[in-house]
Amino acid sequence: MKPALTLAVAATALSLVACSSSAKAGGGGAASPSKLSGAITVDAASSLTEAFDALKSQFETAHPGTTIKLNYGASSDLSTQISQGAPVDVFASASEKNMQSLGSQAVGAKDFVSNTLEIAVPPGNPAHIGSVTDLANPGVKVAVCDPAVPCGVVAQQVFTNAKVTVQPKASLADVKSTLAAVESGEVDAGLVYVTDVRAAAGKVVGVPIPNDVNASTTYPIAVLKGSTNAVLARAFVAYVQSAAGRNVLTADGFEQP
Amino acid sequence: MTHARQRAALGTPAVVLPPALIGLLFLLLPTLAMLVRTPWSRLGAIYRDQHVWAALRISLESSLEATAASLVFGVPLAWLLARVRMPGIGIARAIVTIPLVLPPVIGGVALFNAFGRKGLLGSPIHSVLGQDLPFSFPGIVLAQVFVAMPFLVITVEGAFRISDRGVEEAAATLGASRSRIFLQVTVPLVLPAIVAGAVLCWARALGEFGATLLFGGNVPGSTQTLPTLVLSVFQRDPADAPALALPLMAVAVVVLVGLRDKWLRPIAS
Repeated sequence: MKPALTLAVAATALSLVACSSSAKAGGGGAASPSKLSGAITVDAASSLTEAFDALKSQFETAHPGTTIKLNYGASSDLSTQISQGAPVDVFASASEKNMQSLGSQAVGAKDFVSNTLEIAVPPGNPAHIGSVTDLANPGVKVAVCDPAVPCGVVAQQVFTNAKVTVQPKASLADVKSTLAAVESGEVDAGLVYVTDVRAAAGKVVGVPIPNDVNASTTYPIAVLKGSTNAVLARAFVAYVQSAAGRNVLTADGFEQP
Repeated sequence: MTHARQRAALGTPAVVLPPALIGLLFLLLPTLAMLVRTPWSRLGAIYRDQHVWAALRISLESSLEATAASLVFGVPLAWLLARVRMPGIGIARAIVTIPLVLPPVIGGVALFNAFGRKGLLGSPIHSVLGQDLPFSFPGIVLAQVFVAMPFLVITVEGAFRISDRGVEEAAATLGASRSRIFLQVTVPLVLPAIVAGAVLCWARALGEFGATLLFGGNVPGSTQTLPTLVLSVFQRDPADAPALALPLMAVAVVVLVGLRDKWLRPIAS
């Protein structure tokens, strides 16, 4: 047992070393401004999953020899990781708060999209949800995002706007977890972004929230101060904000800020 | 060989000391750093603002219920594994170790497939009783029993295996029924192991995170335990998170003191 454990620890340590050295090699930088190369890591809010997956493959096709490594999660989580020194080049947050908390690590952040909420229900809408008010009915199982993450903050605003008190059954780590709880049929409804309902078309059904009740969040994007390949990072951020980038985002249901 | 040389040869080898000390420091430093960074002056405010008391209450209630359930089902299971000689008992023992080797978060996924609204057993429960286990207090107890009961079973099984059969045979000669022998003779004989197993099981249940987070739902006041609260606080106010470790560290101290005979004494002495 003990030699095996030692081996496991050694292997973990080795792989960590290997990871960090490959990250350094990957961030080696562009040879010249006209020819992009190398790799960058992009931390993005989990609601951006489908859009950024598409942007990554378009960008990599347009610039052979570049690699965009994507890491999705709750913006609050990603923000904490970045402030603790995670080697990240670009951060796309689902709220301005989680970008601002990075202070001087993320200067020049630009808002690039905004997003509103929708009620997602399992196909067939078993609990017959028609409005936000229905979510307050006893017996209706509702999943929301944890209030620590942007989609949870927006969900609380929606409840406030609708003047209802909802006792959620699940308070989940990020918006994709909330969507998954609806998809698996474990809850009757979940509050997710409009874009998540569209991305999960067929697996969940959307119940729109009227404008006077709905709330929105704005997504900023920035090249981070610690980037080891700032040239490529700036190029990717520019691409996200370009006409081609906007097309992808709009097609997924994001709005212009 | 002189005595002095003999002593030198049996003393601490030079290759042992530096790595041993580094290893020890490495194990100590994170806990120490957390204590150093605990915002002591804001402790009261943090405990009030971050739903700590509610989470602590839910943690204690659920872990004690999980331990009770583990005792009710785990002690008889341990006896079965220790005493029954038949083909397939090895497979039964392997089943008990599944939750030990499975990452707890996978345990959460497994629980959904078994007890979720559309799970193998959860689906009939839902249609007959209209009750769902995920995202409920019984759900977090279930998750904790799943990950913690094996600790109890394995500890108690070892004790059943080596306990004195002579006393049981004497009780049988005097006409005691098998169930009576089990309850009044065998179980008291292995009581120290049952206590040790229960403490281990309770500590594991109290610290359970992965399965509880996934299967429980992490809602403050109903399914948020202290470990899952730490995640939310770390996302929201990372600087406050060390303060939440104190109750769990107090538990760790209690467990160490309670089990000091088992863990803190060198085996040979």
